[in-house]
Amino acid sequence: MNRYRTYRTEGVVIRQMPLGEADRVLTLCSPDMGKVRAVAKGVRRTKSRLGGHLELLNRASVSVAIGRNLDTISEAYAISTFGGIRDDLQRVSRGLYVAELVDCFSFEGNGNQAMYSLLLGTLHRLENGNNLAMLMRWFEMRLLECSGYMPELVHCVECRDWLEPADHLFACDGGGALCPNCRAASTGALLPLPLNTMKTLRFIQREASFDKLEALSVPSQILNDLERLMRTYIRHIVEREVRSAEFVSRTNN
Amino acid sequence: MVTDGAPAAVPVARLADEFSKLPGIGPKTAQRLTYYLVRMPEEEARALAEAIVAVKERIVLCGVCYNITETDPCAVCANPRRDRTRICVVEEALDVLALERTNTYRGTYHVLHGVISPMNGIGPDDLRIRPLLDRLAGEDIEEVILATNPNLEGEATSMYIQQLIAPLGIRITRPARGLPVGGDLEYADEVTLGRAIEGRQEF
Repeated sequence: MNRYRTYRTEGVVIRQMPLGEADRVLTLCSPDMGKVRAVAKGVRRTKSRLGGHLELLNRASVSVAIGRNLDTISEAYAISTFGGIRDDLQRVSRGLYVAELVDCFSFEGNGNQAMYSLLLGTLHRLENGNNLAMLMRWFEMRLLECSGYMPELVHCVECRDWLEPADHLFACDGGGALCPNCRAASTGALLPLPLNTMKTLRFIQREASFDKLEALSVPSQILNDLERLMRTYIRHIVEREVRSAEFVSRTNN
Repeated sequence: MVTDGAPAAVPVARLADEFSKLPGIGPKTAQRLTYYLVRMPEEEARALAEAIVAVKERIVLCGVCYNITETDPCAVCANPRRDRTRICVVEEALDVLALERTNTYRGTYHVLHGVISPMNGIGPDDLRIRPLLDRLAGEDIEEVILATNPNLEGEATSMYIQQLIAPLGIRITRPARGLPVGGDLEYADEVTLGRAIEGRQEF
């Protein structure tokens, strides 16, 4: 029998599912244990002590009791509720998108400190920052980076030649840009990668901090290209549709 | 369900299988319910079966508010003493029951049948939002009360609807947020407590 029947950790609530009469199964993203799935009992009741502390997108400190099937959250308090996100539809929809992507790219029992810092940093920016479309592209790029899927944008993914400053293609299979000579050799899905889009993508790739990008103004055509490209590439990696992306587009007007 | 030894009789296994499709009922509970029914007097079992069939055959959605009802329009929408200028928008039909128990609200309702939950693939088009807009355009409405659940997805749904109906110039309100009756102040989370202080009232 395990001597330690409970453990403490902190995490951001990235997913919740109703369970039974008044419970929820929560998925938290934690820095040390990766995804943590645990039952929060009674949180759907208005008098629940835990409920408000364990809302979606809250950063919370939790005590978890180890159970036979699912663990149970015995205690929780919210470290940050990111209030600025909750009162604005554009920010909420993007917050949910961020949560869904982190859910796709993280694993149970496998902590990823870089991903956790990225999640907190992005939610913090989302709370009171500007240039939300660019923030999402930057977040996607950093998420791909800390998951090992950073796209190759300097050399052709087929022939490894240095890419000339020209319009290229993006190969999801190869995970990066493809020069015109290698086009015929590639079999997978290809996306157009015009020069200016590639330059912007490289800039996003270089910037470990969002500071410079926040002030960057990019034509909407390029923003749309970037969104479509990242969406297609991510769909290719996780092998399913990222469903909250649709709602983000709905709240964009 | 039974993997070795004597299998359960076929009708029993079939009923247990049906029970285990219900929310919150696992294989063990399904078996327990099934064996309880086996021992039940026949008329009681028949009454249960008939009640289940009646729910499916006689219950419809109200054509006005989409509440679950036996008559269309439902009792609330058909009642001339209800205030037709107010619509309270709720997520589920159960919320209508909860609000009716308060004996405080005299207006009409609109049931969305869900909440926007992008991660689970439920978008605005999966809810009864369009019929609400049609009602607002067709009837003489003075106030819309957005009474979705006070959690992230409920609030997002309310904000989405608020954006759609704001141009119509109708008064839009939502229930007050604050401390539950019988609760302890020290256990309240910061959002709830903050809103309770913001919305404090004259004593």
